[in-house]
Amino acid sequence: MAQPRIGWAVVSSLLVAYALSIFPFPPALEVLRPDWVALCVIFWVVCLPSWVGIGVAWLCGILLDTLTGALLGQHAIALALIAYIAFKFHRRIRVFPIWQETFTVFVLLSLYHIALVWIEGTAGHRITLGYFLPILPSVLIWPAWSHLLNATVRQTR
Amino acid sequence: MIEVREADKKRLFLRGPSPGTRFFVLLVISISLMVSDSRYGHLDTLRQALSVVVYPIRALVDMPFRVFDDAGDKLAERDQLVHDNDALREQLTLINAKLLQYDALEAENTRLRALMDATSKVADRVLISEILNVDVHANRHRIALDKGSRDGAFQGQALLDANGIVGQITRVGPFDSEAILLSDPDHAVPVEILRNGLRTIAVGTGDISAVSLPFLPNNADIRVGDRLVSSGMGGKFPRGYPVGVVSSVTFDPHQAFASIDAAPAAALNHDREVLLVWSEEQGQRFEKRRAAGLAGSGLGPAGGRPR
Repeated sequence: MAQPRIGWAVVSSLLVAYALSIFPFPPALEVLRPDWVALCVIFWVVCLPSWVGIGVAWLCGILLDTLTGALLGQHAIALALIAYIAFKFHRRIRVFPIWQETFTVFVLLSLYHIALVWIEGTAGHRITLGYFLPILPSVLIWPAWSHLLNATVRQTR
Repeated sequence: MIEVREADKKRLFLRGPSPGTRFFVLLVISISLMVSDSRYGHLDTLRQALSVVVYPIRALVDMPFRVFDDAGDKLAERDQLVHDNDALREQLTLINAKLLQYDALEAENTRLRALMDATSKVADRVLISEILNVDVHANRHRIALDKGSRDGAFQGQALLDANGIVGQITRVGPFDSEAILLSDPDHAVPVEILRNGLRTIAVGTGDISAVSLPFLPNNADIRVGDRLVSSGMGGKFPRGYPVGVVSSVTFDPHQAFASIDAAPAAALNHDREVLLVWSEEQGQRFEKRRAAGLAGSGLGPAGGRPR
């Protein structure tokens, strides 16, 4: 019965993603921190859509909101949005070659950040272009991240 | 290619509502959460519960740094320790000498205040809190602290370090809390100029090494080098603690207000510890609550301990 093992893989990868999201960075590089939790959620929604769906993505976002002191619901709704889209197309994304997969992630993360910035702006904060910078390192890191999680999934078989 | 689990291949159909419905429901929930969070602050209990859930993650990330610090202390050279010890002892003697004066001054101050019929506001209670080594928010100046409501911390509480005001607490959980630094663009502190008592407000700039004084007219009596202290207006910050030193003053006749910057007195980006401050009144309130057994089961006696 390999089910619990993959469950552990999901939980531990999320824990790592949370830890990386608050790990202290030099302030100058702060804006280049990849969106670890979003990357994690995208992968698991495509890989295990019957377990990690929109609801789980939303809960992950609520935790991220608490952890980063953002408005409660801000990351939650952004993550639910990309989980919804990833879920709609998960069968297609699964068979994409890596470059196409990475491009999909780029599109999803752009939507994620547009949602975040929109809420940030509605809440009355000043918006700078720096808010969109994390997309770049996230996309660059995706192939390695996806490879790592794929290897983990294969391990649990 | 993303791996597909065998278990997942078989489940072609999902039970329950369609993804679109799910998303819509969550959207409505999120919006109501965000509105009540930003407008009404109704979600304090929920926030507190969630902060208990995320506390282990923060503690986990902070742990390697703490272990490293401890190891550094243990492995320090003996000579270094002896040297530090000497320096600290010397400093202690100096500070004690100053304190002798302080006692006399405090007595005198109380007497004078009694004469003027004003209440004494000198004695504040403080508690040391460590800053957790985690980044809270990328674009804002926030920190996480290892003291929570268990220790008597409360929302809006002022934070100091050895040099001056650091910021205030924005959110309190049972074990930890979040604070906003005075350099955050969303933060403002009422100040007065020590030299002439001119009152104004110091607003954060988003730059950790500067706060600005945006509300002073062009003819204001202010110079580079003027020291700013908290004025105690608004009742959030105790009176008379250093906030910063004016670093640049530009009077532009075309503008209604002068553009003035000040360098924060506190070492905002290299503190490891901060002090939580209770005014005497707040301290007494906490003592009373603790006596009534409301402030936790004797876990946090530290709040009422004067230092």
